[in-house]
Amino acid sequence: MDKQPLTARELDTFVQEASVAERWIRVGMDTGGIAAGAQEVYDALIEARDSSGLDIDIQQTGSIGLSYADPVVLVGGNDLPTLVLGDMDADSARELFAGYFRDGRLLDDRVIATKDRGTDFDGTQQQVILVKDTGDGDSHHRTTIFQNLIREDLEARGLDQKIAVVRALDMGLYHRGVCVQMLPSRVTYASVTGADIRRLVDESLRNGIVLDDLLVPGGDPQERISMRNCGSIDPSELESYLRAGGYQGLKRALVDMNPEQVIEELKTSGLRGRGGAGYPTWLKWKNTRGQESDRRIVICNADEGDPGAFMDRSILEGDPHSVLEGMLIAAYAIGADTGFFYIRVEYPLAVKRVQKAIKQCREAGLLGENILGTGFSFDAKVRFGAGAFVCGEETALIASIEGRRGSPEPRPPYPSIKGLWGKPTSINNVETLATVSAILEKDGNWYAGFGTEESRGTKVFAVTGKVRNPQLVEVPMGTPIRTIIEDICGGAGHGSPIKAVQTGGPSGGVIPVDKMDTPVTYEALLELGSIMGSGGMLVMDESDSMVDVAKFYLGFCVEESCGKCAPCRVGGFQMLSLLKKIHAGDGVVSDLDTLRDICVCMQTASLCGLGQTAPNPVLSTLKYFEHEYLDLVTTPETVTSNGKGRKHG
Amino acid sequence: MNADGELEKLVEWVEGVRKRVHEIAGEWQDEEGSLIMILHAIQDEIGYIPRGVANELAKATGISLARIYEVITFYTYFRLTPPGNHEIHVCMGTACYLRGAESIQAKLLQQIDLMKAAGGAKDDFQVDCVRCIGCCGLSPAVVMDGKTYGRLNPEDSPEILKQKPGV
Ligand SMILES: Cc1cc2nc3c(=O)[nH]c(=O)nc-3n(C[C@H](O)[C@H](O)[C@H](O)COP(=O)(O)O)c2cc1C
Ligand code: SF4
Ligand code: FES
Repeated sequence: MDKQPLTARELDTFVQEASVAERWIRVGMDTGGIAAGAQEVYDALIEARDSSGLDIDIQQTGSIGLSYADPVVLVGGNDLPTLVLGDMDADSARELFAGYFRDGRLLDDRVIATKDRGTDFDGTQQQVILVKDTGDGDSHHRTTIFQNLIREDLEARGLDQKIAVVRALDMGLYHRGVCVQMLPSRVTYASVTGADIRRLVDESLRNGIVLDDLLVPGGDPQERISMRNCGSIDPSELESYLRAGGYQGLKRALVDMNPEQVIEELKTSGLRGRGGAGYPTWLKWKNTRGQESDRRIVICNADEGDPGAFMDRSILEGDPHSVLEGMLIAAYAIGADTGFFYIRVEYPLAVKRVQKAIKQCREAGLLGENILGTGFSFDAKVRFGAGAFVCGEETALIASIEGRRGSPEPRPPYPSIKGLWGKPTSINNVETLATVSAILEKDGNWYAGFGTEESRGTKVFAVTGKVRNPQLVEVPMGTPIRTIIEDICGGAGHGSPIKAVQTGGPSGGVIPVDKMDTPVTYEALLELGSIMGSGGMLVMDESDSMVDVAKFYLGFCVEESCGKCAPCRVGGFQMLSLLKKIHAGDGVVSDLDTLRDICVCMQTASLCGLGQTAPNPVLSTLKYFEHEYLDLVTTPETVTSNGKGRKHG
Repeated sequence: MNADGELEKLVEWVEGVRKRVHEIAGEWQDEEGSLIMILHAIQDEIGYIPRGVANELAKATGISLARIYEVITFYTYFRLTPPGNHEIHVCMGTACYLRGAESIQAKLLQQIDLMKAAGGAKDDFQVDCVRCIGCCGLSPAVVMDGKTYGRLNPEDSPEILKQKPGV
């Protein structure tokens, strides 16, 4: 890119010129992918391409979210829809060139079937059949049997050279018997029996007739807005983002709208903060803008503190410009001249990608003076956290950037009135800002079309724990928890049924399995005694002790308490001692009442959100799983029997 | 061993560090909100923040030593003593905890003890618990010297300690 500042018109040329190489490979190189070996896969791909002489575009991208299948590779070309391959290694990377790009062969146990399923064949010749037994038991064995049966039938009809039968890594369907997906049509059948194979081959593959009794209709419950580019663009290239429509939202804001109109657009969208509290983003901006001052500041809260969540990291690593663009739009709306990314230092790759994005924007004139020739000037900088969870709290975060201990201050005054160095400051979460840029690119009404009346739009969740396929999920608000856990993530994954789901991390609560039909909205989760939080969703099964989980979260809060106020410092400590005592089997029934009393005291008298919400995991486990506490108080053997709670080391 | 030579080297090192502290402070001089960034830069280079360095930093920045210490001691990331030569971070995030991170930690510690007892461990392993390292999909996970090992079970610990690569 030349060093002349970009103009508004030049921005459009990137979108118009965007063209996709005919055959391409994208490697998910986020922290999770790299930890699983994505670098080795990437290196092997480059080497294999260079020695094959094939013209194939290989790109590094962020994660599409399928953590369970890392390292993940996306492949385009051969007249097939984009293939998602998981569990890759250097050998299977080489095989892509030796087998797939040369003669269409695909490795078994790598391809992940799409949930965006087709409903007819449209006269296309099918090339690939993915097959997998999605039932329980020895499913690998059954999958192989079906693979062979289908192959034999194809051979009998002389189709075996045209159609490959490949064992899938995952079908996106669970407990539905043997499933097949045909490509390129994406027509998918479930509960296929041996007797169906003849029909499959004769009617569907030879004559293009859909078997309605086996057909699984399309419909991916996911909707990617905040994560729209994660896994599809190169996060270290500005041009890659521009080609995907990047900075169009900023252009629209700067060229076509005044700041009040931008705020109005956010109001129409209904976007609420994604960092935890769910405060309307437009109102926060309006308050900040409304404050007389010589200077205003915007901060991106990238301190992602929930000890089991990684949504914000994925967005920063996979699409840093979407967050930077959101920050620029926020700055324009509130009238800020400086922005800070406050990033966990434990996220080195996210730091690197954001720093690079900032550098690229400065060079392209998207940061600095007179951006896009509109007279708007703004610069962004990066500041690191230093391992203190409490610094995710707004006033502590401000203290930390100012170079002080991260101790929270009483609010009000809110940062929108008196923030960094006393200046009006808008603090927004990573996912919030990534969504802002999407909203401005399209419009507020479009975004408001997703979700429910009170909870608009989509939300990203990091689903982990005892679930079959841990991953990042982005769904419209109002999607039932069950859809997320069972339809998307495959339900229980460790041999024991699901007992509960925890949302909101250390500030949240548990939702028992019989309430899994609850839609994810701010209100519905609150009503159950949990919160939306930042999007951690921890699945627990029958082998997990709820007392242990409560102890874990409380232990986290006690360790992270800044110690400034007594209710949190003393209350947390006492409560943790009680939980340890109960967990060790030394508790008495009246301890439960004491626990409840301390909870109320902490909730009402603590200075900041950490202390106010720390009791939530305890209260909600007491609410739904009191019997587990009582069991421990009366029969200590239950602890030892599942091996939990013993002190190690 | 030549004691004078050793001493000279030490003095040279200290002088080098002193210079770097002033250089780093200089780089950040005109930046807002720089103290924590300066501390990060120092720890990145030296591995920890020795008392003498904090002293030097107070001189270079005009920030009182007391305040610098207040900050260093508040943030768990900053170290006042040198790290071991192998750093092992056991992820104690939610997902890893549920999948047995505690027993992995116990097994690692036990293994290190065994190696020490056998006289086989010249190296000094420092085992710390950290919160979610951002790859819950690979839980339970351990990071050793910057390399991540995922989907572990406690029996894998001897392998990790032998630094066998691969997950
Ligand atoms: C103890 C504590 C930790 C928090 N950690 C985070 C965090 O890591 N990331 C985040 O975005 N918000 C965090 N929050 C919420 C922020 O204080 C703030 O509400 C949020 O960043 C505002 O952005 P939003 O309106 O876009 O959600 C935390 C709050 C508390 C009380
Ligand atoms: S509630 Fe806890 S973390 Fe918050 S100010 Fe008080 S002691 Fe510190
Ligand atoms: S909890 Fe261990 S990586 Fe997230």
